[in-house]
Amino acid sequence: MAFEDQRTTVYKVDPEHPESKTLPTLRTEELLLNMGPQHPSTHGVLKVILELEGERVVKSTPVMGYLHRGVEKLAEDGTYHQFIPHTDRLDYVCAMYNNFAYCRAVEKLLDLKVPDRAEYLRTIVAEVQRIIGHQFWLSAQALDIGAMTVFFYCFRDREILLDWFDELCGARLTTSWYRIGGVERDFTPSLLSKLQAFLDYFPPKIDEYQVFLEKNRIWLARTKGVAVISAEDAVNFGLSGPTLRGSGVDYDLRKYEPYSAYPKCEFSVPVGKNGDTYDRYWIRMMELYESVKIIKQCLEQMEEGPIMADVPSVTFPPKQRVFTNLEAMIQQFKLFSEGFKAPPGEIYCGTEAHKGELGFYIVSTGGSKPYRLKIRAPSFIHMGAFDHMARGYMISDACTIFGTYDIVMGECDR
Amino acid sequence: MQQLARRVEESFSSGIVRISEWRGDVAVVVTREKLREVAQFLRDEPGMDFDYVVHVSSVDWPDDEERFEVVWEFYSVRKRQRIRLKTRVPESDCVVDSLSDLWKGADFMEREVYDMMGIRFRNHPDLRRILMPDDYTEGYPLRKDFPLRGKGWRDTFEFLDEIPR
Repeated sequence: MAFEDQRTTVYKVDPEHPESKTLPTLRTEELLLNMGPQHPSTHGVLKVILELEGERVVKSTPVMGYLHRGVEKLAEDGTYHQFIPHTDRLDYVCAMYNNFAYCRAVEKLLDLKVPDRAEYLRTIVAEVQRIIGHQFWLSAQALDIGAMTVFFYCFRDREILLDWFDELCGARLTTSWYRIGGVERDFTPSLLSKLQAFLDYFPPKIDEYQVFLEKNRIWLARTKGVAVISAEDAVNFGLSGPTLRGSGVDYDLRKYEPYSAYPKCEFSVPVGKNGDTYDRYWIRMMELYESVKIIKQCLEQMEEGPIMADVPSVTFPPKQRVFTNLEAMIQQFKLFSEGFKAPPGEIYCGTEAHKGELGFYIVSTGGSKPYRLKIRAPSFIHMGAFDHMARGYMISDACTIFGTYDIVMGECDR
Repeated sequence: MQQLARRVEESFSSGIVRISEWRGDVAVVVTREKLREVAQFLRDEPGMDFDYVVHVSSVDWPDDEERFEVVWEFYSVRKRQRIRLKTRVPESDCVVDSLSDLWKGADFMEREVYDMMGIRFRNHPDLRRILMPDDYTEGYPLRKDFPLRGKGWRDTFEFLDEIPR
């Protein structure tokens, strides 16, 4: 009703009247809009309170915690091994990389050396997971802003890899394949040949994805120059992964704090320059090619050998021995029932997951459970920059920004 | 890394409680009063250049006189080095200076620490709960005296007793 009144008062004013020089301006007020928690583009349950002026965002306040399950508290109550399945549920799109980051952190705490073959296996699977993550990101992000076709193509190829995971560890999403000190099982010849076939099949498909989007004017208009963040701000906000590299900051832990088999592989780190959504898309596309390159190199260099470190106080014995050898069975039993004791101390170990730096800060007091375990979740930290990046853009661009972060609320809320 | 620690130690005559290095991680423990000054030094000093906040965390040590430990972890994108800054606060007065104006990313991370451990940050722009509901009054979940199964209405549940042996 207030709007109607204003319109009539404005139209009734006589333009020739001397007082019309000081016309009362149109009364406007900011509109508060709740976006979420059940909005399809929020990738889970996330609410953002948008303060709007017309259709422009003036201020936004993310409201999180709908998916908070107290994972950090649960970690304090279980042994180190028991926490591995919990990490699957952090970023449920990319469980393998969470397992990897956690196992690496515990290995740093224990100062444990992982055998070479296990390092290669870990790197290969982590890169396969990165491909899945980027495919998922691409399909979801494009779908959010109205480009639907690429979604089906990405999911078609993602399915091949998920089936490959199924054959590898018996699960498609919640994998728990990594173990502290190595991996759960080796590749079978069938897995190897399937992976080789995929590596030949996949690179032309990346070009195919790009064709769908880069000729799509609507998609381009909604990504180029949207959600721009400068390099300084991106660093100051603690962004990581493609979100940070899109702004031109060359920061990739795989390269600068190399771990696992990455130092033995040659790959480049794509870096954007405009810091907009399009650059971050381009980086992810380039990373798909790089991932294929890394996997190929790992497959070439990989040699036969053990897949688990031989430290009986920490690592599990091979399953075949557990059923035939008494000592191995006792070792297995003790590890499952009481775990191992970690030396007192504290470490932080960051791993470059496909979203950004996924880190674990573990404090140990010498017991078999972590005294404190803190998860540095990239999605959570990216949400901290949401307000900064959304200001001045349209409501519809908020969806683009959710997409560009690649947020998964399981990891954000923990 | 040793060099980094020595540099910090030399630059401050007081306020540095302890500097340690373990598994390649350098940790500097400072008093609460000096925290902001040391943080400013870490960010602005040319040799330090810690422009990136990795995480803000907290640890509860119920038996200690100064019960809570607040942890900041910094990284330098240009120099590619890491450092951990820690300080202790007692339970009766658990307030530390906020560093969210130096590193904007610390804003949400400090809110999380407040939400989970109940440590307040002085001069924080928007210190509210972030993961738990705003009207949550049952305490701070990551404190060691908070039971794993939760508090409040759950306490009224009738659980089955364990089967006697």
